[in-house]
Amino acid sequence: MNLPTAILSHIGGTLLLLVRTLKYLPTLPRQFPRFMEHCYLIGYTSLPIVTILSFFIGSVLALQSGYSMENFGAKQFIGTLVGLTMARELGPVMVAILITGRVGSAVTAELASMKVYQEIDALVTMNIPPERMLVLPRLAAVLVMMPVLAIIANLCGWYGGALVCQYTHFISVDSEAYFSALKLYMKPRDIVDGLIKAEFFGFVIMLVCCYIGLNTRGGPREIGASVTKAVVTSLILILVLDYFVTKALLFT
Amino acid sequence: MNSAFTASPFVGKTFGVTVSRLHKSFGRATVLTDINLDVKPGEIFCIMGPSGSGKSVLLKHIAGLETATSGEVRIGEFDAADPETRNKIHLALVFQAGALFSSLSVYDNLALYPREHRQGNEAGIRERVMHALSILSLEKAVHKFPSDLSGGMKKRVAIARALVMEPQLLLYDEPTSELDPVMSATLTEIIATLREQTAVTSIVVTHDRDLAFNIADRLAFVMDGRIRGLGLPADFKSPADPVIANFLNPVIDLKNPRFKQLENHHE
Repeated sequence: MNLPTAILSHIGGTLLLLVRTLKYLPTLPRQFPRFMEHCYLIGYTSLPIVTILSFFIGSVLALQSGYSMENFGAKQFIGTLVGLTMARELGPVMVAILITGRVGSAVTAELASMKVYQEIDALVTMNIPPERMLVLPRLAAVLVMMPVLAIIANLCGWYGGALVCQYTHFISVDSEAYFSALKLYMKPRDIVDGLIKAEFFGFVIMLVCCYIGLNTRGGPREIGASVTKAVVTSLILILVLDYFVTKALLFT
Repeated sequence: MNSAFTASPFVGKTFGVTVSRLHKSFGRATVLTDINLDVKPGEIFCIMGPSGSGKSVLLKHIAGLETATSGEVRIGEFDAADPETRNKIHLALVFQAGALFSSLSVYDNLALYPREHRQGNEAGIRERVMHALSILSLEKAVHKFPSDLSGGMKKRVAIARALVMEPQLLLYDEPTSELDPVMSATLTEIIATLREQTAVTSIVVTHDRDLAFNIADRLAFVMDGRIRGLGLPADFKSPADPVIANFLNPVIDLKNPRFKQLENHHE
């Protein structure tokens, strides 16, 4: 199979998985415990790393912009810059990249292992559709947890920036001025756009990772290959789709 | 062990299986060629053959896990390849390595099917699971995870999981492979007694001669993806076909070992 055909085949397969999964949407309420388990794995266990990384991303953003903006006397706008960048771009993209590495890889490894060791075949013979039991609760959980994680990332990034601005001698913008600038030029729409992006990225990551995991062929070695493939594909998709989603959101 | 089979865990009727002109190819490799079989309801049918002969692929077609290149498999009047068939009949497959869900305990492995299909409340499901576990003397393993079990126990748990499904067609893929002789004999007794108690159609893929001769009502011998012999176990005791005879009664010749012949053949 040549590359364009393979890409089209994978896109088709992923969309087919989505259609099959959505068919079982009415079964979601009775899968509540499973859904909660995935919310815990995606949201709660990712919280420490999201908090730490977004805090330092906000901090370094403030540091770099403070250094550059000092030259043309625009230090009072650092709050706006950090606020907008975190809410519209870095918050959702960073959370998506973290979820790819932390959750997407684990999901692919688990499903690929289930496929290789015939657990998926066992589900099929038991007339339990894997889409219903394995994909649907994960998709629902990621859709719920991504905006939550993005909001936490935004807050941590903003506060990281505020701390740096206050305590770095060549910036010296106090927190009050920082947050005033942040509030002055930021609209609720900016935060909502970021959350829409996070939601979209989470959905794509989970769907791609489930598809690649469930379509693993061969032995244990292929589990590792599937994880690599899922992570690389998700990262490429996040960054490529980011441009198009941002453009769509800016012009709607 | 036999005394434990006091009550049938099965409900409903059992089904026969008809395989007609089945061909299967993976790319250029032909795995099955013109397979025709007729397994009668209530029969124990063994499919024997050497490793790589296509037995397990044939079983996967019966289970609806593979799609035929041509030909068809019918379970009763239903097409085995149609996913809807699994809504109409209870089919259970005991996988070679058990295929137990590694993230679930033995209890949850067994309870998964009735829970997912909403078959009664938790108390009823518990009773059903414990009954299946007691049949296979696995009560002490109820809270263990598959990683804590030996190969033999995994296979018994896999059979217990199949019992909880109340199957109308029971398929076994190499049930005695990798087991010691005592455990092989125990599983042979379990398979035979289950059929005796429940009259469920059982198809057993194996290269274990003792298992096949002890439990089979009829046997098929598969070689290179084709049916090479079909008949009663008695027909295979001293087969006329030298290939089958050589498989069933291999002669060990240390002066002219087989692997040397293979080397010469490949050269």
